[in-house]
Amino acid sequence: MSVTLADVENIARLAKLSFSKEEMITFTGQFNQILQYMEKLNELDTENVEPTFHVLDSGNPLRDDVQQTWLTPEQALANAPKAKNGFFSVPKMIG
Amino acid sequence: MNISSLDYSSLRSLLIAKEISCQEVTRFYLDKIEQNRQLNAFISVFADKALERAREIDYKLAQGTAGSLAGLVLGIKDLLVMQNARTTCGSKILENFIPPFQATVLNKLQAEDAIFIGKTNLDEFGMGSSNENSYYKPVKNPHDTTRVPGGSSGGSAAAVAGSLCTAALGTDTGGSIRQPASFCGVVGLKPTYGRVSRFGMVAYASSLDQIGPLAKSVADAALLLRFMAGFDELDSTSASVPVADYSVMNGSVKGLRVGIPKEYFISGLEPDVNSAIENTIQLLKDSGAEICEVSLPHTEYAIATYYIIATAEASANLARFDGVRYGYRDEHASNLEEMYINSRTNGFGEEVKRRIMLGTYVLSSGYYDAYYRKAQKVRTLIKKDFEEAFKTVHCILTPTSPTTAFRLNEKVADPLTMYLSDVFTVSLNLAGLPGISLPCGKDKQGLPIGVQLIGKAFDEQMILRFAGFIEKNNPILNNRQVSV
Repeated sequence: MSVTLADVENIARLAKLSFSKEEMITFTGQFNQILQYMEKLNELDTENVEPTFHVLDSGNPLRDDVQQTWLTPEQALANAPKAKNGFFSVPKMIG
Repeated sequence: MNISSLDYSSLRSLLIAKEISCQEVTRFYLDKIEQNRQLNAFISVFADKALERAREIDYKLAQGTAGSLAGLVLGIKDLLVMQNARTTCGSKILENFIPPFQATVLNKLQAEDAIFIGKTNLDEFGMGSSNENSYYKPVKNPHDTTRVPGGSSGGSAAAVAGSLCTAALGTDTGGSIRQPASFCGVVGLKPTYGRVSRFGMVAYASSLDQIGPLAKSVADAALLLRFMAGFDELDSTSASVPVADYSVMNGSVKGLRVGIPKEYFISGLEPDVNSAIENTIQLLKDSGAEICEVSLPHTEYAIATYYIIATAEASANLARFDGVRYGYRDEHASNLEEMYINSRTNGFGEEVKRRIMLGTYVLSSGYYDAYYRKAQKVRTLIKKDFEEAFKTVHCILTPTSPTTAFRLNEKVADPLTMYLSDVFTVSLNLAGLPGISLPCGKDKQGLPIGVQLIGKAFDEQMILRFAGFIEKNNPILNNRQVSV
């Protein structure tokens, strides 16, 4: 599998990142080199192997649904670049 | 008094005997930090706060009410959130982030009267093997300032090696505690996945991340782990396995079986590293341990597997940095989409962006099965290799890194070569196993060499026992402190 400049542009769009043309070209080269290395995994037959998404097989631990005090609205908003009337504030979405 | 050469276990007896105070100890380290600013080991230093805590703990010592870590001055990797203290993750995007909550491990260590002296430098979000990916300048190796300290917990390793603190906390996703410990000549322990709560560790790759100690001695690493470990209801992946008293280490290795995986003795292994490892194996053999060759046949697939899984999880975890709730925001954007893109593009460094891009690619439609699912299947094979080996041995011994500390800028231009330097450490994270790196010698240039001991899941005691034995009986380890 070989990655094209158009593929890299598409990934950048999905990842919400932007790059200059030069950066895109560098990335494309590095991606192909790295992905080619990763294709080493195709040497292995994994047809009947179960994937390990998580090493601990402990299931889903549940707790009682008890109300607890956590952050106050002021604390939750303290790091916001912009907040207004107790909410996070962002640029206009709809013109 | 020269505190530099003392680990906490020695320091504690002086504190109890009132030959020295916590305030004197803290001042000593603060001076050392000041004298060694060029190492860039710390991003933030809490001089006033640390001295105030030291005063309180001196009082507690006088009253006989001090905790088990009283006067242990700790550097904290700046990937762990500390309440009301700036936590940057080595990134521009969190340059001004002041967490309103605190990591569970910090609460636990604070309760035992450890003193937090500052936040240590790191590769941005833990992504790197050289500490050159920090927005806050690269850390330098105290043994040779033209060389890297390793990464990503490079600030923590350099701070311990340079005696800027008694011990430090690091995090390890693919070797980020063990490899810098090896490069800087200190002890670094990555616990079993789930042994220590990850609550308050800013996530890089959630199924691989673990917090652990970097210390001047095996005893200190064991003592810290004892107070860090345990179930935490704030981390659903933390394990309900009882915490042992890791500080009690049996002295002998007689009759125990040590596995040597032949796949780890590859062509890229530096001859000096190889001979230091051979000497360590000989030491164990002479002391009555049984040396057995074992095979971990899927070792050569570990790096590829790791970088698929780690980047995939990173791309998901780092989606939270969007300029809305915290962190850097581009103020010039005219709409929401542009604000997301500009904030992330200007806020993240190059390696972080590369990993987000790779992770996004391997998870994207059409490639998920070929890369991500395939890697999770190979992960099963890697895990099974270890399970098979541990049927016959008590612990596995390998080099921590194929080389000693490399030079600054040596590998930055070639990401793949940098990734390959993690060849001996990533498998443990994929399998969730505990590992410790401790110094076992020096190369011809005087740079430290680390040996790695790998244990069964939740059997930190076994690797600590071996590590303690090697530390005590290896003649070249005497005088391993650096004077800077």
